[in-house]
This record gives sequence, C-alpha cells and structure tokens, in this order.
Amino acid sequence: MMFVPGNNPGMMADAHIYGPDSIMLDLEDSVTMAEKDAARLLVHNALKTIDYGSTEMVVRINPLNTPYGKKDVEAVVKAGVDVIRMPKTETAEEVQELEAEILKVETEIGRVGETLIMAAIESALGVVNAYAIATASRRMMGIALGAEDYSANLKTNRTPGGAELLLAREQIVVAARAAGIACFDTVYSNLDDMETFRKEVELIKTLGFDGKSIINPRQIEVVNSVFTPTDREITKARAVVAAIKEAQAKGSGVIAVNGKMVDRPVVLRAERTIALAIAAGVISEEEVL
Amino acid sequence: MKEAIAGTLESGDIMITIGPGEGLEVELQSSVAAQFGRQIKAVITDTLEGLGIKDAHVEAIDKGALDCTIRARVTAAAVRATGKDVWKD
Repeated sequence: MMFVPGNNPGMMADAHIYGPDSIMLDLEDSVTMAEKDAARLLVHNALKTIDYGSTEMVVRINPLNTPYGKKDVEAVVKAGVDVIRMPKTETAEEVQELEAEILKVETEIGRVGETLIMAAIESALGVVNAYAIATASRRMMGIALGAEDYSANLKTNRTPGGAELLLAREQIVVAARAAGIACFDTVYSNLDDMETFRKEVELIKTLGFDGKSIINPRQIEVVNSVFTPTDREITKARAVVAAIKEAQAKGSGVIAVNGKMVDRPVVLRAERTIALAIAAGVISEEEVL
Repeated sequence: MKEAIAGTLESGDIMITIGPGEGLEVELQSSVAAQFGRQIKAVITDTLEGLGIKDAHVEAIDKGALDCTIRARVTAAAVRATGKDVWKD
C-alpha cells in the first residue's frame, strides 16, 4: 500500500504506474489545514477520472471529530473509493460512527454497501481495543499499524529493530486473524537504508502481516521480493495440495508428502503460499487447477 | 466574489487565480498552450459554468495538469472566492 499525498496531483497521476497493490491517497497528515479543501477536491476528481486499473484505491480521511472528516467521507464515497482508511482509531464506536456517515452518503447516491473500511491503530488504547475495532463493522477489511503516533503515545522512539512496536504488531495480527480480516504494517521512512527496510519487511512477514505500507515506489520491489514465495516453496506447496486432492478423492484423511505427514495446518499454509504466488503473478490460477 | 488562489506551480499541477470580472475571461500561461490551450480554457469555463459562475476573471498557470486536476483547482479557487461549498458531480 503506497502512501501518496492528496495535494500532489503529479504524484497522484503517476502512482499506479509503479504497480503497487494499493494506493492510499492521504487527506490527513500530509495535507496542511489551509489545503484540506483543495486536496479533497483533487482526490475526488482523481478517483472519478484517472484509470487506476486493478489497483485498490484507499483514501485516508481526517478524523470525524475535525471540521474535515465528514466532508472527506462525502467526497470520496461519491467518487467511488474502494476503502476509507480511518486514522487514529481507538474504539469500535468510532468505526461505527464512520460506517453511519458512509451509509448516509451511499444511500444518497444509491450504492449502499460498496465502501469498505480500514482502521489505522496508532495509540496504546487502539492496540488494547484492536479486536473490538476489527470486528466493529461488516465493512472492515483490515487494520493497520501507524507507528509514529503509536511510539509517541508510548513515550518512546522508533528504533531500527522495532522492539517498541513488537506488542502492537503481534496484537494487530492476532486481532485481524481472529476477525478474519487483513492486517498491514506501518511505513519505514528512511529511503537511504534499504537494508534495514528489507529486514523490517522480513520481520513483519514472519509475524503474519498481509502487507507493508510504503512511502516511495523504490520500496515496492523489496516488499514484493520478500512476500513472493520462492520456486522451492511453490513446488512444495503444489505437491501438498495435489496430494491432499488425491487423498480426498480416495476418501483418505491423512497423507504424506516426501515421507512427512501432512495435516490440516500444512495444507492451509500450502494454500496460502499458492494464493500469494498467484497474487504476485508468479503462477496463474489456471496452472493450479 | 473576492480574489482567491488554488493550486501550485509544481509539475502536473495548475495555479488558478480567480477574481471579479465581466463574463468569463481566462488568461492562460502554459508550455503546451499551442496544443492544449483551447482545451484547458474549455475545462476552466465548463467547470465555472457548472458551479453557476458566469462572471469571473481567471489567471491560470499550467504545469501540465490533467483535466481532473484543472477541474479540482478551479473548483477550489471558486469555492474560496465565493464561500459557496458545492460539489460538482
């Protein structure tokens, strides 16, 4: 998910060329108070006009308790945004308040139920309430960590190893999995240190995150290379899936692949590996069938 | 109507200055004026007419903006100049 300032039309026009899975046009922290109205109009017109292809379009709105939040919701829902990202989410009630605002606009334009919600968790209270937030609405498609505000709220600083974020990251992954939705890690802002960035992406993949937020197209390749399964992993996963299909056809429950017992968790991991490989474009769906 | 500005001089943007006028007058500076000048002016006047503005003087400095950017910047400038917050769908 690539962050793009909502008041920069040049970047907004070009962002999808680099091939991120999703683009988050930002109306919040990257836009000054004086430019909130103009950025809202830019994002509205860009969403309605620019062909972003299959890229998932997300807009980070301003909090609903500011003078801008409700107008942002109106502008982006009317423009047909895929997902609204709610900043600084701390309670389920805040999600439900956003849902009510979305429903109001959707009802007005006759497209009820199309807009999804992603909640950014950026405080200790948000982390404590992560599961309640993740399950607050049927529109919830994911939760994401916002590490800068979270670190400040914890009264600590961000470090290269990310020790200060460990609990929040784990809590967010667990809450998302329990709720059956996606989870996304925070941004890494130092573009000159791609080695630490890669380590961070490897760490958050190991923790179970579905993806990483990025601030520059240069970071896309690193995220894709970490999240794309290797040929060896794909071969192994396909062998497991083929074996389980064969076993099911024969009515057998337990199977072995290369001498190792394969049970349900192994099959689930293999299916996820194949899904990631398809999403990354390494193999096609037809190959798997 | 008071004078108001929206947009920047960054690449891909357009800076619109709007103020009182008689009829819709558009002064355009653009490196692509020879090829796209007529179209850029048409987008500006269409947007203003859509907002119900029939009298205004507009100065536009274009830096290669897409039509959607021109519409957004003209609307933002018009909203700031008139105080009338309106969505053009």
